[in-house]
Amino acid sequence: MNSFFRNTVSALLISVLAVSVAGADDFAVGDLTIEHPYSRATPPNAPVSGGYLTIRNLGGETDRLLGGEAAFAGKVEIHEMTMDGDVMKMRKLDDGIEIPAGGSIELKPGGHHLMFMQLREPMRAGESRTATLLFERAGKIEVEFGVEEFGAGQKGHRSGN
Amino acid sequence: MGLNIRTMAVIAVLAVLLAGGMAVIFQQFVAGRSDQLLTSGGAIGAPFELVDHNGEPITEQAMEGRPVAVFFGFAHCPEVCPTTLYEMAGWLNALGEEGEEIGAFFVTVDPERDTPEIMRAYVTNFTDRITGITGDPEKVAALTKSWFVYSRKVPLDDGGYTMDHTASIYLVGRDGNFKGTIAYGENGETAVAKLRRLVKG
Repeated sequence: MNSFFRNTVSALLISVLAVSVAGADDFAVGDLTIEHPYSRATPPNAPVSGGYLTIRNLGGETDRLLGGEAAFAGKVEIHEMTMDGDVMKMRKLDDGIEIPAGGSIELKPGGHHLMFMQLREPMRAGESRTATLLFERAGKIEVEFGVEEFGAGQKGHRSGN
Repeated sequence: MGLNIRTMAVIAVLAVLLAGGMAVIFQQFVAGRSDQLLTSGGAIGAPFELVDHNGEPITEQAMEGRPVAVFFGFAHCPEVCPTTLYEMAGWLNALGEEGEEIGAFFVTVDPERDTPEIMRAYVTNFTDRITGITGDPEKVAALTKSWFVYSRKVPLDDGGYTMDHTASIYLVGRDGNFKGTIAYGENGETAVAKLRRLVKG
């Protein structure tokens, strides 16, 4: 009984902890919430890395992610990756990405993503990197990207949280 | 004189038709040849003299007489290239001794930026089983062409550029014949099965 009680308490504690960790993962600015921003560990000398996140627009007006900046990278751009048959193509989205009122967008591996370019240091798993995102309506917000192990975000596998 | 002009006009029209017809036939020949290569196991590649990620010379001999898996990419690539190298390393690891004979190569389509040093750091971060290949841009272009790999430099507005490129892994048997590809994002088990079949020949 005693150990049952102890287990229950630790389970409760763990879930409270898990919720607060998940909470620390999220950011908000104006009507927008930003969930699970993450990047992936890079090989040494890799000049670029992707940034991934989900943005929800709880407001009644369309907003737009326009770009960003970061101390750890020379440039932050919004890119789109597409597969044309077996050819990989990547393009900068000059007009950013629209976040419809009441809707959400997901930046993820294999689709739209942030491009951290001219990296000043490798992205190391377990660390985090701060970047500022710029929105047309909501303005600027500082977001912390957790750096995950390389396979993160592949084919439905989602680590973290 | 009038007849002459008419005759000349007829000859001109015939010449244009003939040239057009030949162009169509040539295109079909080229397309047919590449289709055939991609399905029925013809020879692929051509002799080359480039450098590996240690800066040592490497030629087509490194790929001869053994099953080979070749991927074409570049270091300024956030997604497909690191993912593919990571997965390839995993498959080779999963195969263990069974896959020992496989030669695995990562050829840059961006030799201007991908020096041997960059290739070395990039590739060896994932595994010691894959050899990076770079070198003289014209020679690299000749190599990618001989593998029917598409790559194109796409300028970015800050003066930099990115590369569109074929993202499949090419599989070639001991006999030097093309055996198929592993597509980007292909299921891991399928990929391992393909590599296993490649070894069995």
